[in-house]
Amino acid sequence: MKAMRTALTALILRDMKLAVRVGGGAFIAALFFLIVVALVPFAVGPDLALLSRIGPAILWLGALLASLLTLDRLIAVDAEDGSLDLIGMSGVPLELALTAKALAHWLTTGLPLVVLSPVLALLLNVELAAMPALALTLLAGTPALTFIGLIGAGLAVALRRGGVLLAVLVLPLTIPVLIFGVAAAQAAIVGPAPFGPPFTILCALSLASFVLAPVAAAAAIRHGMD
Amino acid sequence: MRLWAENLGCRRGGRDVLHGIDLSLSSGETLLVTGRNGAGKSTLLRLLAGLLQPSAGRIGLDGGQPDTEIGEQAHYLGHQDAQKPSLTVSENLAFWIACYGGSGDPMAALEAVGLGSLADLPAAYLSAGQRRRLSLARLIAIARPLWLLDEPTAALDSQAQAQLAAIMQTHLAGGGLIVAATHAPIGVTDSRILEIGPPADGAAYATAGVP
Repeated sequence: MKAMRTALTALILRDMKLAVRVGGGAFIAALFFLIVVALVPFAVGPDLALLSRIGPAILWLGALLASLLTLDRLIAVDAEDGSLDLIGMSGVPLELALTAKALAHWLTTGLPLVVLSPVLALLLNVELAAMPALALTLLAGTPALTFIGLIGAGLAVALRRGGVLLAVLVLPLTIPVLIFGVAAAQAAIVGPAPFGPPFTILCALSLASFVLAPVAAAAAIRHGMD
Repeated sequence: MRLWAENLGCRRGGRDVLHGIDLSLSSGETLLVTGRNGAGKSTLLRLLAGLLQPSAGRIGLDGGQPDTEIGEQAHYLGHQDAQKPSLTVSENLAFWIACYGGSGDPMAALEAVGLGSLADLPAAYLSAGQRRRLSLARLIAIARPLWLLDEPTAALDSQAQAQLAAIMQTHLAGGGLIVAATHAPIGVTDSRILEIGPPADGAAYATAGVP
């Protein structure tokens, strides 16, 4: 038990180190998020009322695309350099190893987006009072994006295709997260619908994907071992 | 401890890569798997490591830890080195020690393969031979009885090959088992040979079992 804890901690720390060092994806995702959100006011023009109305949706879309950007390499890198084989022989169940990798991915890409979101909300004319609630919805929902993406990352390894296929597979699965994430954020900003129900469903989506996605991704990888 | 396989077969991509392989290996013994390119040497090692599932036959390890897969009692040294270029040499090794739940000493293992002075260098700057030495350090730092080595001497200079031979002799003297797929002699005395035959009429077969 202790050995497995050591192994999983080591895996999380290694993936976090890799993400913040040269060639890692942590800063790329945050920068991409920044750029997407900063582009919107230029695209829709100086209509502040419109901006504040679509602000939460833009933030959520930005977060979705930013976390997708680094997901396609999440497992593929380890599969290509043989690390996945050795992890499989370490005695750690593949499901838990993938959970650890996804957690490291969320800590290095999802969490920075949550931290950045109040700054970006300024660009989108979101009221100051609504910013904590908006950040809270991202905090509750971005784990779901990472874990749903994990399924796609597992399939990308099994099918030996990355990149575009991953986006095509993963984006439709994230629709519920997007719907309830934006609904909760809208409720917090403009009302009149209550904040509670969509936010609770968002939390449920994150928890369910946390449990189910590693199992699905591990099954995909095992099936692809040929 | 005894590693055995009976009538082992493996289909990959709709083709019989291996067919009817029998082998038996006891503590302190080395089995050299030889054969042409594409004869299935690497496939056999991956079967023994549990990284592929056999389509026929059985594999077992008698006298090992009960309720533990063979792969979890084995080291696999493949063509891919499983090293991250942005981590340093010692970070790479320390990760695998932690991942395998071990308490090995990374520095001692790096000294043993002659990489002690490069411990703080990112692995990106290593040569092919040095990366191979780093992989060997993993075998030394983490104690596991069965070593599955795929072309262990590839990219190693003569001095490193001698080091490798010494490392393997130590492992065998301690009751370890080694299965190595190789074209060249690896410097271990008293090794047995399993030759995997060339594909005839589309199917590979074993020309000889263990002599």
